[in-house]
Amino acid sequence: MSTSARYWREIPQRYRLEAAKCTSCGKQFFPPRLVCNGCGGREFEATKLSDKGKLATYTVIRIAPSDLTQQAPYAIGIAEFDGGLRVTAQVADVDFDELKVGMPVRIEFRRIREEGEAGILCYGYKFVPVR
Amino acid sequence: MRDVAVIGVGMQKWGELWEKSLRDIFTESALLAIDDAGVDHIESMYVGCMTSGLFAGQEHLGSLLADYLGVAPIPSLRVETACASGGAAFRQAFFDVACGEHDIVLAGGVEKMTDVDGGGATYALSTAADAEYEVYHGVTFPGLYAMMAVAHMHKYGTTRDQLAHVSVKNHHNGSKNPLAQYPFEVSLDQVKNSVAVADPLNILDCSPITDGAAAAILCPLEMAGKLSDKPPIKILSSAHATDSIALDSREDIAWLSAVEKAGEIAYTGAGLTPSDIDFVEVHDCFTIAEICVIEALGFFDRGKGGTGAESGETAMGGRIPVNPSGGLKSKGHPVGATGLAQIAEVTKQLRGGFGERQVEGATIGMAQNMGGTGGSCVVHILGSV
Amino acid sequence: MAGIIGYGAYMPRNRIKVEEIAKIWGADAPSYKKGLMLQEKSVPSPDQDTITMSVEATKYALKRAGIDPTRIGAVYVGSESHPYAVKPSGTVLAEAVGATPEAHCADFEFACKAGSAAMFVCMGLVDGGKIEYGLAVGADTSQGAPGDALEYSAAAGAASFIIGKDDGVAKVIDTYSFMTDTPDFWRRSYMHYPRHAGRFTGEPAYFKHVLGCANGMMEKVGMKPKDFAYAVFHQPNGKFPMRVGKMLGFTKEQIEPGWLSPTLGNTYSGSSPMGLTATFDVANPGDMILMVSYGSGSGSDGFVYEMTDKIDAVRDLAPKTREKLDSDKVYIDYGTYAKYRRKIRMGE
Repeated sequence: MSTSARYWREIPQRYRLEAAKCTSCGKQFFPPRLVCNGCGGREFEATKLSDKGKLATYTVIRIAPSDLTQQAPYAIGIAEFDGGLRVTAQVADVDFDELKVGMPVRIEFRRIREEGEAGILCYGYKFVPVR
Repeated sequence: MRDVAVIGVGMQKWGELWEKSLRDIFTESALLAIDDAGVDHIESMYVGCMTSGLFAGQEHLGSLLADYLGVAPIPSLRVETACASGGAAFRQAFFDVACGEHDIVLAGGVEKMTDVDGGGATYALSTAADAEYEVYHGVTFPGLYAMMAVAHMHKYGTTRDQLAHVSVKNHHNGSKNPLAQYPFEVSLDQVKNSVAVADPLNILDCSPITDGAAAAILCPLEMAGKLSDKPPIKILSSAHATDSIALDSREDIAWLSAVEKAGEIAYTGAGLTPSDIDFVEVHDCFTIAEICVIEALGFFDRGKGGTGAESGETAMGGRIPVNPSGGLKSKGHPVGATGLAQIAEVTKQLRGGFGERQVEGATIGMAQNMGGTGGSCVVHILGSV
Repeated sequence: MAGIIGYGAYMPRNRIKVEEIAKIWGADAPSYKKGLMLQEKSVPSPDQDTITMSVEATKYALKRAGIDPTRIGAVYVGSESHPYAVKPSGTVLAEAVGATPEAHCADFEFACKAGSAAMFVCMGLVDGGKIEYGLAVGADTSQGAPGDALEYSAAAGAASFIIGKDDGVAKVIDTYSFMTDTPDFWRRSYMHYPRHAGRFTGEPAYFKHVLGCANGMMEKVGMKPKDFAYAVFHQPNGKFPMRVGKMLGFTKEQIEPGWLSPTLGNTYSGSSPMGLTATFDVANPGDMILMVSYGSGSGSDGFVYEMTDKIDAVRDLAPKTREKLDSDKVYIDYGTYAKYRRKIRMGE
């Protein structure tokens, strides 16, 4: 089992969706990087993912990893946000028939996983349909 | 750089090899390759393996397997780039010979996947995806490829039936491969009605969990006739390209740019175009993968890969036979071994006289091995001499 | 005095009907529905807990407050279902809404009164000049033992309030508290489900404290029931708040806007705070509102609010509580409920 540190250092992204924008070419990154793969720039300004996006693709996971079998089946998707940033997350509170490319989603804070019965609880973002 | 030839290949019957350990499986296939070439020693070796640490609790494979093959103290190195590890090991062996460091080099690939349970295997394989931004959220590999499939279907109108046709075609080919894990035919209805794994992919769209290994012996082309009585198969080009391992970071979710790039380099290196290729072994870890790969390699126009298996163009005797071996789908997919099994198939096809699986008149064959969702891709073009 | 600058409420989408629970235990659904005035209750999904609901309710509260979250000087989450026995819920909330690191933080527990306790303390800190803004949340994903009467009501929801020194949407006119040691309901350490003292939870517990607090509060500000546009009482079921309101002299119309429990259930620490958000959603500038919470063990916090002109400008900036409760819901069966609430013994 990994230590809390591995979870903890991702908190700015997991909780607050902090992203980065290359100051020379404007390319955005989530999660932030040290080098821009567009122009090689190394300076970034902090940005934040907007809380509304659209599904670019999706699936319904029927056979889940062992620690998530109790949640299966669950939907997962890649959503595109302002500026073209794409993010992968579960789609919660969705009727599977509703899923379609282009579906508007927003971000909600959810419990993503837990490290066994006694380990830390791991939170983060999920998508939910905009109703 | 010296021209390099493959003079021996080996692979045992793949499947759930309960009685055999990782070291047994590897050594068996390595000995088959050594005996096939008829060489009495090797000078260096490379082992492709994705994650023996997670599957078998064993790292440090280079030395372990050199020892059990009885060839220590020769240099032996494990190579890893997820499911493309086998292809990458072959590429390292190619460079080793080409640059003149060694004359007889073994490239092997191995994965022992059944020593962990289903959940353990799913987890081990998932480490080829982005741990913090994909796997954390509950993504599985079938799930990632399913998202590629949904994107492809949405963008190009690829159909569920077209996906299933890939499986039907590969199982048909594999039914003629005695070394395949699942050497039997499946019908379109069977694929479409099999257990759902990650919509729209069912279990018969997915390559299986497999124990297996494969190996090849490489030497300078000019020495091939002296070292072996097998017809030498020349490595015409070797290519490797990378892409983001996170699917969401790609410009186009339904396009494999690392495959496109590796293909371009391989074609340029060999001075060939897609129409020169007689047959190809591709990395059909999922049915959608084959569709995307044959587009990225230029055999089909962008968005038209779905028609390949459905129209019969990728069948044996078709315009470009894809996966004569049965592919990962029927033959099995012990991840680190797959790239070498592709080389074994291409080599045997190019030698000719391969029985009912022979691609008639084949002189140039391609092997495309891919890691993760296409975060890495290794392509080799081989030709008869 | 302090004021409520922003407010928000969140509840999960899942509902289970009283009939569905009664069917499993061979209980008489009509008697529960009539006797306790309960129709259905909210149920959290496996990925929802006190922390996640607190974050979502607070995002709504911040939308209405329109303040920079770094100006929040105190973060208090009141709950009896904090996901950790040791480790604060408030730190996760504060990180998620961007209120770290310069803030005071502690989790509160006082059965169903923990949410109003958090509000009470924030108001005190604002009035004392210790902080500019305080964030107070009442949230719970409470569990009733299978087959127990509490299983029909124990629900999930959260209400969040940004409290500051300007008037905001509602001025806090005054507060009052009333408490004694009364063991009517408890959950010992390491126990999964709470226990309660049956009918002892009524007269000497809920009614004594809510009446004591409400009367003390009204006396302190010199007001009578008719002086209030609305009143919100803790809602362990549908019946108690209506009955206590009637005993105090309030009309059904004064209580109804904040009376969520018939279709929400008892959200424990979120109960009267969520009722308050639903009341804010319909209140007009100048309206006076009485709120009285209740937590077993036992105690009540009383508040008198006066709505300001600002309510009209902010109420539509986030989902309204009653609309959210009524519109976005899916019904689940007992099997799904048992799975979601981890009532099924799993393999190791």
